[in-house]
Amino acid sequence: MTISAFGALLAAVCLLAPLVGSTHISLARAFSRSVPFADNVDAQIFFIARLPRVIGAALVGAGLAAAGVVFQALLRNPLAAPETLGVSIGASVGAVVAITLLPAFSIGGISAVPVASFTGSLGALAIVYGLSAARRRGMSSTVLLLGGVVLTSFLGAILTLIQYLSDFTQTFRTVRWLMGSLDVGSYPPIVAALVPLAIAGVGYAMLPRALDLMSLGPDAAAARGVDVVRAERVALVSASLSTGAAVSLAGPIGFIGIVVPHLVRLMVGADHRLVLPASALFGAAFLIGCDLIARTAFAPLELPVGIVTAMIGGPFFLWLLFRRTR
Amino acid sequence: MLRISNVAFAYGDHPILHDVSFAVPRGRIVGLLGPNGSGKTTLLRIIAGTLPPDRGHVEIDGVPVTSLSRRAIARRIAVVPQETHSTFDFTVEDIVLMGRYPHLGAFELEGPDDRAIARDVLQATGTLALAPRRFATLSGGEKQRVVIAGALAQASDALLLDEPTASLDLGAQLDIAALLTRLHRDRGTTMVVCTHDLNFAASLCSELVLIRQGRILAQGATADVLTPANVSALYDVQADVVFHPGAKHLTVVPIARA
Repeated sequence: MTISAFGALLAAVCLLAPLVGSTHISLARAFSRSVPFADNVDAQIFFIARLPRVIGAALVGAGLAAAGVVFQALLRNPLAAPETLGVSIGASVGAVVAITLLPAFSIGGISAVPVASFTGSLGALAIVYGLSAARRRGMSSTVLLLGGVVLTSFLGAILTLIQYLSDFTQTFRTVRWLMGSLDVGSYPPIVAALVPLAIAGVGYAMLPRALDLMSLGPDAAAARGVDVVRAERVALVSASLSTGAAVSLAGPIGFIGIVVPHLVRLMVGADHRLVLPASALFGAAFLIGCDLIARTAFAPLELPVGIVTAMIGGPFFLWLLFRRTR
Repeated sequence: MLRISNVAFAYGDHPILHDVSFAVPRGRIVGLLGPNGSGKTTLLRIIAGTLPPDRGHVEIDGVPVTSLSRRAIARRIAVVPQETHSTFDFTVEDIVLMGRYPHLGAFELEGPDDRAIARDVLQATGTLALAPRRFATLSGGEKQRVVIAGALAQASDALLLDEPTASLDLGAQLDIAALLTRLHRDRGTTMVVCTHDLNFAASLCSELVLIRQGRILAQGATADVLTPANVSALYDVQADVVFHPGAKHLTVVPIARA
């Protein structure tokens, strides 16, 4: 019931968002079968120019929101986000290396940037996973958080170093990439991102009840029958894959992974069997909405969507914190 | 029946338990007493199967715990920790229904049977009226009763309780003692209770196992084991042990550091 409401919201947003833009188009004409596609300008704008961007926003929003839910439960910390464990900045380092060293390289319609970015996120995941695997029984969330914080500042320094050494054009491209943008102009990058997202989705499907129990602590979860080590591995890998896929598609877009899960918890309660799917759906709809604002608020100027999510997410999150401490 | 045979455990080269053996017959309440660091909590985790022993083994009804899956163990033994905190805002009913986890398939939701069990254990622990409340808003004693309800929903046969009253006020301590006594009487629940509270143990447990520095100092019927000599050997405390006619159980009155 609740989930289908979130699903309906996402479907409506997906259908309506491509209609809005500099050229006015009609939904009826875009889906009309009477005009051949080659002559149907509305359909071309809808399906070729605007829909990939909307689908991209949906995948990125869903991936980041779901990863946020999982990291918060895994680390038993409501302030955890997809960025917390360094996977996001690992993806950024990969992207910046590609922008600086391989600017003209591409495979099958996908430039080197998303590929390198995804590789970077996997590298960061491997380091974090190593940290967790070094512990005999499960992982201490404190150690994992600490490792993530150190990894993030270390990779941040590498990012700064590469930028410092690169020329003006490369620095400009890097800065623009780091702002986050959903300028997805074709389908191949979406198809590529679907692979890791699908794997993450399988992991997410296995997790909700274990996450409920793990939020009471690893010992309490184990005593209730959760295979904690296995659940933590599935959670870590799924959340990292979906973060990596999202960041390589759109750059680091903040706040989705922290604001959406909290907002959804206010609406549906704490049960992860609702929170996880509802956050993925709502995250998708939320990012499509933010991207719509980014495209239209100062048209024809297009804002980086990361600015819009931060402008909405930042104040909202502060409000949430004030509300909690009151 | 729980049987603990020759269990030994060390964290690295720091030995915690040496050759610990005792049995908990079905339907008994056994108290584990010992000073801080004596290995009680480690022993409880080994019995619960969340920590594998270095040597020896634990059997539930003749089946070694290590041969069972986590879920299979959880269906037989539930654990009540000293305190339970939830990161997220679960309701009391959510917390109790989570006890059904080892009984459900990977993608299965709780059905009418599970809800009936939850209702029954909420009733048995006197927490039915709290069911829609948010767990985080309850008092310590209410939380502990709800956690006991969740444990019963999980495995009604055997409970392992780790210092269940340590963070509660006096009234709530007595409530928990009365609740556990009633559950034992009405349902025949087997319990292993770790505690520092000798009077709580004396009121609740028919048998005691005294542990000091990872070794069993004494075990047997409460009346035989709870003696001034054993209290002194266990805690280095000079104490009187007297039967209190009002409380109708032995009471320990500490007098001085021995």
